[in-house]
Amino acid sequence: MEGFVYPTTYLRHQDFEQGRVLYETWYPNAHYAWDAGVAIGGYLQGLKAGRLLARHCPECDRILIPPRMFCESCFSHTDRWVELEDTGTVITFSICYVTWDMLRLKEPLIPAVIGIDGASRGMGIMHLLGEVEPQTVHVGMRVRAVWRPPAERVGAITDIAYFRPL
Amino acid sequence: MSGERVAVVGAGMTRFVRRAQETGKELAWEAAHLALASCEMTLDDVDAVVIGTAPDAFDGVHMKHEYLSDGCGAWRRPVIRGYVGGGTGVFAAIQGWYHIASGLFDTVLVVCEEKMSSCQPHPQGAFLTIFDHTTERPLGPNLLWIFALEMNAYMTRYGLDKRDIALVSVKNKRNAAAHPAALLGDPNITVEDVLNSEVLAWPVQRLDVSPVTDGAVALVMCAGHVARRVTDKPVWVEGVGWSLDTAYWTNRDLSYPTYVEEAARMAYRMAGITEPRKQIHIVEPYDPFDYKELHHLEGLLLFDKGEAPRATADGVTQRDGDLPVCPSGGLLGVGNPIAAAGLMKVAEIFWQLRGEAGARQVPGKPRRGLAQAWGDLMQVGTVIILGV
Repeated sequence: MEGFVYPTTYLRHQDFEQGRVLYETWYPNAHYAWDAGVAIGGYLQGLKAGRLLARHCPECDRILIPPRMFCESCFSHTDRWVELEDTGTVITFSICYVTWDMLRLKEPLIPAVIGIDGASRGMGIMHLLGEVEPQTVHVGMRVRAVWRPPAERVGAITDIAYFRPL
Repeated sequence: MSGERVAVVGAGMTRFVRRAQETGKELAWEAAHLALASCEMTLDDVDAVVIGTAPDAFDGVHMKHEYLSDGCGAWRRPVIRGYVGGGTGVFAAIQGWYHIASGLFDTVLVVCEEKMSSCQPHPQGAFLTIFDHTTERPLGPNLLWIFALEMNAYMTRYGLDKRDIALVSVKNKRNAAAHPAALLGDPNITVEDVLNSEVLAWPVQRLDVSPVTDGAVALVMCAGHVARRVTDKPVWVEGVGWSLDTAYWTNRDLSYPTYVEEAARMAYRMAGITEPRKQIHIVEPYDPFDYKELHHLEGLLLFDKGEAPRATADGVTQRDGDLPVCPSGGLLGVGNPIAAAGLMKVAEIFWQLRGEAGARQVPGKPRRGLAQAWGDLMQVGTVIILGV
């Protein structure tokens, strides 16, 4: 198969530094305003009020979070809102030392999937952990939401500042 | 399997590089031109074209398959672009199969291209949009999070440590040292190198991850009656499968890829495979991260859940082991130009089954191989089984 590999030209850093290659640049100018929708709109209203809201599916009887207006398993309309506790269990976590463009963070971030108490088994949301030594975080750790003060809440997932150990 | 029998008869690829001087369409042409040359065909023989390429956002080009199309030999022909994220490379070959199996076309050129390097300062920027815009992006996620979270779920479920998983990276980067297109082949890499590499998002370290890559791969696929005319070594498509799981990824069991199992079961059923551990001789599972090879081997039902790391430690998955896994060097070693990386795996099975893999040839004349890719929001599986 060696005969069917094209000797593609590999550019190296010095090719750019020394001006040996030509290129063009462009910056996209695209801004978006996303409507939250019916289900997530209700979720955000709940967050603003300091409440964690899920939806109930009447067919499979699951409590779904993030909430949705239809159950993806049963393909039926969910029928009511269910308020959950703001506590849960760490299903999995990471300790992240870099930004998306690969710069080092001074303090690591600890993203986690948190299974929310009262939701159906395995129903987690992604959020951050705080007020915890990174090395002590473990799967199965019990955590509680730390809410921003009511006056600072805007109806966003960040109305929960982070989750901290119970 | 119903319909027309379909064979792969030719393959070509570019070198995989960190940043290519060639544009996307020039890369596509390099691979497509060599794939046709490999089976002594010309563009005149091609009835239809399948283009596989990942997000337009990498290139900053709207509907980039149309931008690539002349390099893919696609003008004034029936053309389709399939896009299932990282699963695209194998899915493009599946689309090539059903174009021909349906009886619509005799010869299809399948071209997968990716030029990730154009996206500045880092192509991860283009990936940030995979997270939900309202419930996740305000938390400032980066792409590594989702893999780190999945890797930790897998390690925790089965009590694995980083050393168990680093063995995959070592194996694949060593295998790639024998691949003439490889970006990151290294015959001397050790487990300690992987364990000592920079921690990005624990448990993910620098050498657990495949690199940003530019490259292209192409296949020529034909109906049986054409294949027998153009080659005495056709490689037959025996089975295909694909499946998508929920996009509510935080609601899923992250320790097991159910969607891969569903795709594999579909392909095994089509191929009449009842005991995949005996009937599959070589495997190219998708390995953008080292743990994903293990995850996918289990989803493909080739090892029991949580057992792929032990098999790796025992040497079963080495090129000369009982079940060679990623003899190409995989994405970890050859490189990861998303869509092209998946099709590279299909090309590797093609070359291995024809006994043309050179220094990478697995011993024992393998007769059946499987390539698998994975992508979207970690929840699509695509599988193709080839045989001679």
